Amino acid sequence: MEEYTILRQFADSWMLLVLFAFFIGVVLWVFRPGAGKAHDDSANIPFRHQDKPATCEEARK
Amino acid sequence: MSNYIKLIVLGLVALFGAMAANYARDLAYQVHAILITLIAGGLFIWTLRNTDEPDILTDRSGEYMDGVVRYGVIATAFWGVVGFLAGTFIAFQLAFPALNFEWAQGFANFGRLRPLHTSAVIFAFGGNALIATSFYVVQRTSAARLWGGNLAWFVFWGYQLFIVLAATGYLLGGTQSKEYAEPEWYVDLWLTIVWVAYLAVFLGTIVKRKEPHIYVANWFYLAFIVTVAMLHLVNNMTIPVSIWGSKSVIVWSGVQDAMIQWWYGHNAVGFFLTAGFLGMMYYFIPKQAERPVFSYKLSIIHFWALIFLYIWAGPHHLHYTALPDWASTLGMVFSVVLWMPSWGGMINGLMTLSGAWDKLRTDPIIRMMVISVGFYGMSTFEGPMMSIRAVNSLSHYTDWTIGHVHSGALGWNGMITFGALYFLVPVLWKRERLYSLQMVSWHFWLATIGIVLYAASMWVTGIMEGLMWREVDANGFLVNSFADTVAAKFPMYVVRALGGVLYVTGAVIMCYNLWMTVRKAPAKEASLSVAVPAE
Repeated sequence: MEEYTILRQFADSWMLLVLFAFFIGVVLWVFRPGAGKAHDDSANIPFRHQDKPATCEEARK
Repeated sequence: MSNYIKLIVLGLVALFGAMAANYARDLAYQVHAILITLIAGGLFIWTLRNTDEPDILTDRSGEYMDGVVRYGVIATAFWGVVGFLAGTFIAFQLAFPALNFEWAQGFANFGRLRPLHTSAVIFAFGGNALIATSFYVVQRTSAARLWGGNLAWFVFWGYQLFIVLAATGYLLGGTQSKEYAEPEWYVDLWLTIVWVAYLAVFLGTIVKRKEPHIYVANWFYLAFIVTVAMLHLVNNMTIPVSIWGSKSVIVWSGVQDAMIQWWYGHNAVGFFLTAGFLGMMYYFIPKQAERPVFSYKLSIIHFWALIFLYIWAGPHHLHYTALPDWASTLGMVFSVVLWMPSWGGMINGLMTLSGAWDKLRTDPIIRMMVISVGFYGMSTFEGPMMSIRAVNSLSHYTDWTIGHVHSGALGWNGMITFGALYFLVPVLWKRERLYSLQMVSWHFWLATIGIVLYAASMWVTGIMEGLMWREVDANGFLVNSFADTVAAKFPMYVVRALGGVLYVTGAVIMCYNLWMTVRKAPAKEASLSVAVPAE
């Protein structure tokens, strides 16, 4: 088969499936049980360290 | 030691520039060669004077690198006014062709000034806003100083050089005639170097972050930087005719070239003007509203949905062309689906204010940010609609497209940038507050009314000329000549230009306000700028 046809068939079969599965995976990961606290913590990042960088001791793990 | 290497490189560049100016085959290339020679020569002398001076090493790792952000803020405001003025002038040129002055033919006629306007507002104004805010945001949300020391300064000045080369090139005729990708091969190469440095600074800062999580704004900024690099490389695959001239030939041909150009063009909108500016939205709206983003879950889904969908939307620029039907249908379908994440993001931005809607009344900066998100919602509804083939058959090649672009660019990109500048200037120059909130209100209303005049007049003239073009009489002959449509558009062109005047007036008021904030607003007392513990 010519290159175009091979790539085309791959793109609208396996690659489409991989991308779609990845996206569904992201959505499931976001709504995983118990993630609420982590999301709240992340949402508050802009309100920390306004004036100077964190030192190594302050670094959050 | 590194200074000696710098001196050798700068000397060689200056020498090459002088040779290039001598052998130049066209005017744009010659002027650029002289410019490069002068800049390299100036830097050579400057480096020479600083060589073997004792190093004064101060440890700055305990503070953020804000100098480059301050310069970025100034550059954003400056290029903004330049770009808006150019746009207003070419709007008047369209209404009154006599403004294409005879003595300036070949340099300042509409065809030469139009790419100057688009590049000035998108790449100079928008680009500087993105670089400055991304440097600010990535430091704060990573709790780390910018990586790479003076590399950030190289990014800033290198980008300004790119802007100057691009802009002067357009006026002198150095263009490869690809919309939003006009700069010729050597300017493209220079931008590639600057962009790689930008990516390095940004990623380096994220790598050494002190927060475990990468805040969502940085995801958007990173998508913008990486995707623009990819688009830029693929769409500018050119072979120079000669290294002594600006002309180059693209390696793609025919419909592939057209498809790559609009894959580039639409993703320049999607990743430069959308993803990057969404990064600004996700940081500055929560900061100004003093409350975290409405839903962090939604922001993550927003990000992945947006980048997965946007990249496919380009073919809707090529309906009814040599492009195969399946490709333009694909572009159309993805454009329509894209409506969902766009509105998800808009809702996320707007709902951040839930419980604090009173701020809309008291805080003109929040008002500016909210209307920008409102315009984002409007133009991301209009865009998918215009990408539908049947609608596109009416709207394409008409002024409707221009109106759509400007409701997005002036409304969304412009307003969110103004909001960010009003937030940043008091913080960066350590002022208590802005010089005048009343002036912010003036700016808000002038800009908003300007956009409404612009968008409304372009809707009218766009739909009118679309209908006039397709009107046929009983025997199937076209009713109107092209010149008839041009004549009919005149009143709307004047209204559009007046909208531009209002918009640029607002921007000038902003510049005065920001200038006076730095000069006159009370300084923030040292005690107040001490970090308040978060928890």
